[in-house]
Amino acid sequence: MDFVAVIILEVLYAIASLALISAGLAVVFGMMRVINLAHGEFLMLGGYAAIVSVRAGLNIYVAMLVVAPLVVGIIGLIIERCVIQFLYGRMLDTMLATWGLSLLLTGVVTMIFGNTTTGISTPIGGFAIGSYQASGYNIFIMLAGIAVIAVIFTVLKTTRLGLIARGAMQSADMASGLGHNPKRIYMVTFTLGAALSGLAGGILAPLTGLTPTSGGLYVSKAFITVISGGAAVVTGTVSSSALFGTLTQLTMLLSTPVWGDVAMLFAAIVLLRLLPRGITGRFFRRQV
Amino acid sequence: MPDSARNRHILVAAIGLLILFGLPVVVDLVTLLEISIYVVYAILGLSLGFIWGYGGILCFGQAAFFGLGAYTYAVTAINVGESTGPFLLAILLPLVFAALLGAMMFYGRISDVYMGVITLVVTLILFKFINSTANETWIVGKARLGGFNGIPAFPTLNVPGDPGALLDPEQFFYVAMVFLLLVYFGLHWLMTTRFGRVVVAIRENEVRAELLGYDIRLYKTAVFAIGGGIGGLAGALFANWGNFVSPGLFSLAQSATIIIWVIVGGLGTMIGPVVGAVLIQYITTLLGQQGVINNAFVLGGILVLFVLLLPKGLMPTLGQLLTRLRRAPRRPARRSAEQAEGGRDGH
Repeated sequence: MDFVAVIILEVLYAIASLALISAGLAVVFGMMRVINLAHGEFLMLGGYAAIVSVRAGLNIYVAMLVVAPLVVGIIGLIIERCVIQFLYGRMLDTMLATWGLSLLLTGVVTMIFGNTTTGISTPIGGFAIGSYQASGYNIFIMLAGIAVIAVIFTVLKTTRLGLIARGAMQSADMASGLGHNPKRIYMVTFTLGAALSGLAGGILAPLTGLTPTSGGLYVSKAFITVISGGAAVVTGTVSSSALFGTLTQLTMLLSTPVWGDVAMLFAAIVLLRLLPRGITGRFFRRQV
Repeated sequence: MPDSARNRHILVAAIGLLILFGLPVVVDLVTLLEISIYVVYAILGLSLGFIWGYGGILCFGQAAFFGLGAYTYAVTAINVGESTGPFLLAILLPLVFAALLGAMMFYGRISDVYMGVITLVVTLILFKFINSTANETWIVGKARLGGFNGIPAFPTLNVPGDPGALLDPEQFFYVAMVFLLLVYFGLHWLMTTRFGRVVVAIRENEVRAELLGYDIRLYKTAVFAIGGGIGGLAGALFANWGNFVSPGLFSLAQSATIIIWVIVGGLGTMIGPVVGAVLIQYITTLLGQQGVINNAFVLGGILVLFVLLLPKGLMPTLGQLLTRLRRAPRRPARRSAEQAEGGRDGH
């Protein structure tokens, strides 16, 4: 019984962390059809922002939940203004340019922090389930994942900002005719997406040691989750996180972490072959 | 063949032969060894330049074929003990792999972006898999896969049929250079055939080509397979060059580097990827000699700048510039003749 509880916790944690990792990318891809290959580096920068501010004496929660999204949001804004805004509508060029950005950011961080592993310890200890030990921080990540998804959903579905943003994505001309500047909406959306990525990077930073190339670990997972999820931001992310999180975690328990990753990648290929427009391209089509 | 194209081929062939026979005389062995790797990279650049520039298929995982070729060579060479069979297999296996992967994607009618994702993911799978084979249980015949340690030593190229006669670095240069010229002119020849023309037609307008009755799925799969085979060839040569293969060959950074070569050199040309590969690798070597500026930083910056400012790449832009310069002074007098020529010759 305890064992089952632990496994369920692990699976839920895997799903939540996938959703966290993917949320920023999902917003940017789902709303703007921009595939940001520098997404992993945004997470990595969020992690570094959190670590640096903790080292500077800041409270760890402030560092993770405020500083990390703020810093990465600003970086995202700069990148949108300098690069992305010229490439809207050119999906492949955007992919190439953001891949270049990902290398560039990795290089910058390597030059500043050196090619070494840095890290901070988790602020929450473990607790026992029967004879098993579970991590309290994993629970925090689950809560954070749920909170992030809930916030995105509420903003998109119930606020005026979300309404305008969704409208601009559906028909930029119409939004423009109604007096909203699509360029500004894109800018704000991209910045918010970057901030979300920074938040996720900050929250995940205490879990693993961080190196300048850590982004590569995240980007493939985020990428697969978002693409497989399809165009609907919330439903897509949640459904594909659930699918891949469960699959990865169960495969991992049965074999090794490597096979867990391989199973996820393989499942993604099969899924894309069968549902080329992602899960929400076929199911839940009218959702956000 | 239009005159300009023939002149260009003669020029490239002359330069190629000059490098092939002249360089070993002029430079010392260390430099020659370094240039050999540029030659190998040029072949690798051509493999993507063909798929992407002529087939219109953006493959984000060209490194997969490169790595597959290198590993196939290393593993079979250890088992067989000579190089001819492994070398051929190192071309064949990536070719078949690319054909299967391509068939899966193109017959599934997967769009551009998703194709990018799938090729990227396949590369990641291979990388993760090879990286995790450090354990002693991962043995193919006599060869240990070695995981992140790579495979350090295996028989290098020998004269076909005589396993004792290993090639020295100078001879390796000749082999690599001849392969580069073969691939370069082979691909050019391929583009003049009916097959090549259909491939370009599909790149230009997929729907139209399909309505004219061409099976675009078959053509695209074939292009992808050929590109995969050439990538494998580059991998086999790379394995021979350093006598070492490691999972890094499959890495995303490797895929990105190949894309940068092609986009810097010029999309839709054969000479572009060659120039791009040599140029970028030269810059990388220079950067490696100092410790301040990071290599990834420069390469990433180059990629961003080219996508934004010079999306056609160096060679086509240079070509346009040259023609404009050459024609500018005589423009008023020859205006009508030029227009007629421009209408006939699409280059």
